[in-house]
Amino acid sequence: MASTPVVIRTRGLEKRYQRDDGTQEKVAVRSLDLDIRQGEVFGLLGPNGAGKTTTILMLLGLTEPTSGTAQVLGFDPLRDPLQVKRHVGYLPDNVGFYGAMTGRENLRYTARLNGIRDDESEATITDLMARVGLPDAGEQPVETYSRGMRQRLGLADVLVKDPAVIILDEPTTSIDPVGVVEVLELVRGLARDQGVSVLLSSHLLHQVQQVCDRIAIFVAGDVVAMGTVEEIAASQQRGTQVTLDIGADGDVTAVGEVIRAVPGVASAVIDPQDRRLWTVSVLPESRSAVLSALLVAGHTPWLVRDRGMELDEIYQRYFAATPAAVQEPAA
Amino acid sequence: MTDIARVATQTSDAPMLTLPATRSIPAGWRVIGSREFTEHILSVRFIVLLLVLGLAGVLAIYAVAGSFRDAASAIAAEATKSLTGRPVSVFPLLFTQSPTIPGISGQSFPSFAGLVALLGPVLGIAFGFDAISSERSEGTLPRLVSQPIHRDDVINGKFVAGLAVITMILAAVIVLLSRVGIIRLGIVPDAEVVFRLVTWFLVAAIYVAFWLALATLASVVFRRAATAALVVIAFWLILTFFGNQIVSVAAGYLRPVPSGATATETLANVRMVADLGRLSPITLFTEMTQAMLNPMVQSLDPFFTDPTRRAFATALPYSQSLLLIWPQVVLLLAGTVICFAAAYVSFMRQEIRA
Repeated sequence: MASTPVVIRTRGLEKRYQRDDGTQEKVAVRSLDLDIRQGEVFGLLGPNGAGKTTTILMLLGLTEPTSGTAQVLGFDPLRDPLQVKRHVGYLPDNVGFYGAMTGRENLRYTARLNGIRDDESEATITDLMARVGLPDAGEQPVETYSRGMRQRLGLADVLVKDPAVIILDEPTTSIDPVGVVEVLELVRGLARDQGVSVLLSSHLLHQVQQVCDRIAIFVAGDVVAMGTVEEIAASQQRGTQVTLDIGADGDVTAVGEVIRAVPGVASAVIDPQDRRLWTVSVLPESRSAVLSALLVAGHTPWLVRDRGMELDEIYQRYFAATPAAVQEPAA
Repeated sequence: MTDIARVATQTSDAPMLTLPATRSIPAGWRVIGSREFTEHILSVRFIVLLLVLGLAGVLAIYAVAGSFRDAASAIAAEATKSLTGRPVSVFPLLFTQSPTIPGISGQSFPSFAGLVALLGPVLGIAFGFDAISSERSEGTLPRLVSQPIHRDDVINGKFVAGLAVITMILAAVIVLLSRVGIIRLGIVPDAEVVFRLVTWFLVAAIYVAFWLALATLASVVFRRAATAALVVIAFWLILTFFGNQIVSVAAGYLRPVPSGATATETLANVRMVADLGRLSPITLFTEMTQAMLNPMVQSLDPFFTDPTRRAFATALPYSQSLLLIWPQVVLLLAGTVICFAAAYVSFMRQEIRA
C-alpha cells in the first residue's frame, strides 16, 4: 500500500472567509491533510456546506487557499492551474451544458478546450456516449435531455480529456436509482481497470460506502474521521464496547433479563424507536455469549444488528454532536 | 481525541505520481470566442438585429437618394465653393441626411448615421447583457473554468466574439447601403470618401464596443440577465432622451446665464454644455459622425459650428477631419476600456460558486 504513488496531497490546507461585518472569520476548510493514492476511490462525505466543494475548488486552483499547500499530480494548483486542469476531470455539482448544442457538440467543445483536435476526439466521444448509457442521444440538443441524462453527459464530459484523476461533486443526486448503480459501477471500473484516481463528494452515505476505498467525513470544515469504512467504524466504538440491536422471540422484558445476566454486558435498554428491540452495550468477545444465553433460555434471536459497524450510525452521531454546524449555510 | 490520531495515520510519505507538463494547451479565448461567435450568428437576436438595421438603413438611404438628386447639385455647389476649388463628394451625405418621406411631414425619420447612434447601443447590449450571467444560470461556468484555460479567457473570448459579430453586422449594412447609394445616385465614391466611410465604420465599431463592454460589466455584476439588460437599457434611454436636458440643467448651474448676461457668460455656458455633453458616448459619436462624414464641418466647438460664423467655406481634407475627431476617439476608447476593465476585474474577483 505504501508503495502506491500519491496523486493528490494536501498539507495544512485551509480556507477562511471573512464575514460581511469583517470582524469574524468563517472557516470553510480547516487544516486538511489528505493523501489520495493512484487508482483509489476516495469519498468526501458530509452535509452541504461542510467544506467539500471548497476543498475541490482549491485542488483545481479555482479558489485560493488561505494557508497550506496542495499538490496534484506533481503540480501546484495555484502556480500551474492549467496543467492540473489538463489532467483532472471535474464534474461540478449541478453540471450545466449549452442547451442549443447537441450532446456531442458539447463534448467536442470540451475536447477543443483541452487541445484535442476534432478528428482525434470523434471516436472517443462515440465510445464515451455509449459507456455512460447515452448511445443514441448524441445528436439531440442538450435542452431536450432530462436531468439524469445531463448528469451522465457530465460524466462523459469529464472523461473526454482522458484524465488521470477525476473529481465528482455530488455525481448521483439527480439520477434515478438504477442509474446510480450504473454510474457508480462505471466509476469503480475506471479506478480498477485504468488506474484512474477518483475523488467523490457526496452527502449520501450509502453510495459512498458502496463505492469508496477510503472516506473522509467532513463536518463544518473539519475532517472528523478518515480511513476505510471498517477503520472508521472501529475507531468509533466507544471504549471497548460494541452496540448491538437484538430482537428475540418471547416476552420483551424476559429477553432483557436474560441479556443483562450475561457477563460482559454493560447495559441493555429498550430501543425507543422499536420497542421489541434491545440496544445492548457489550464487550466484543461477549457477543456470542449473549446469543447462546438467549438460545438456552428459549428466546431465539430473530434480529442481531451490530451498530458499531454501520457508518450510518457514525454519520448520525457526528451530525447530532454538531447541530449548529449542520444548519449553518455554506459561505 | 482518537479521531485526530486516526487522521494523522492516513497520510504517508509515498512518492507523488508526477505527470509531465502538457505543452499543447490551446489559447482558451480563441476556442471560447469561436463557440460564442457561432452561437451568436445562429441566434434569433442576430437575425432580428441584422434585419432591423438593414431594412431601416435601406429605407433611409432610398428615401434620401430620392430627394437627393435635386438637393445634390445645391449641396455640391456649396461644397465646391471652397477656396481651394477642390470638388467635394456628396456621397457621404447619403448617410447623414435625414430623409423626407412623402406623406410624412417634417423630418421624422432619422438618417442612417442617426440610426446607428440610436440602435448601436441595442446591438452592444444584445450581445453582452447575458455574457457571464447565462454561464452562471446554465451552470456551465464551473465546467468551463475547470478546463485548462485561464479565467480571463472566458471574458476575453466572449468580448471578442461579441465585437466580431457586431462589426460584421455594421460592415455588412454599410457595404449594402453604399451599393444602394451607388446605384440610385450613380456616384462612385472616390478614395477619400472610402477613407472617411472606413474611419466612420471603425468609430461606430468603438461606439458599439462601448455598449458591449457596459453590458458585459452588467452581466458580471448582476446575477440575472433580465436585471442586467434592464439596467443598461435604462441607462441608454436616459442618455438618449434626457441626456441633453440633464446637461443643460447642470451647465446652467455651473455656468449660470443670468438675464442680461454678457456674451462671455453665454459663451461659457455654451461651452460647458458641449463639454458635459461629451461625457455621453452618444454625443461623442454624433460629433464624430458630423466631422467625418461631412468635410464641410471645420470645428466641433459649438461657437464655430454655426455656418454663418464659419471663417472660410472650405472642405477639410481627410487628415484634418481625422485630427478634428481625435479627442472624441480617445475619449470613447477610454470609456470602452474602463468599462471592460471593470468587467474584467470584477469577474476575476468573483467566486466561481454562487
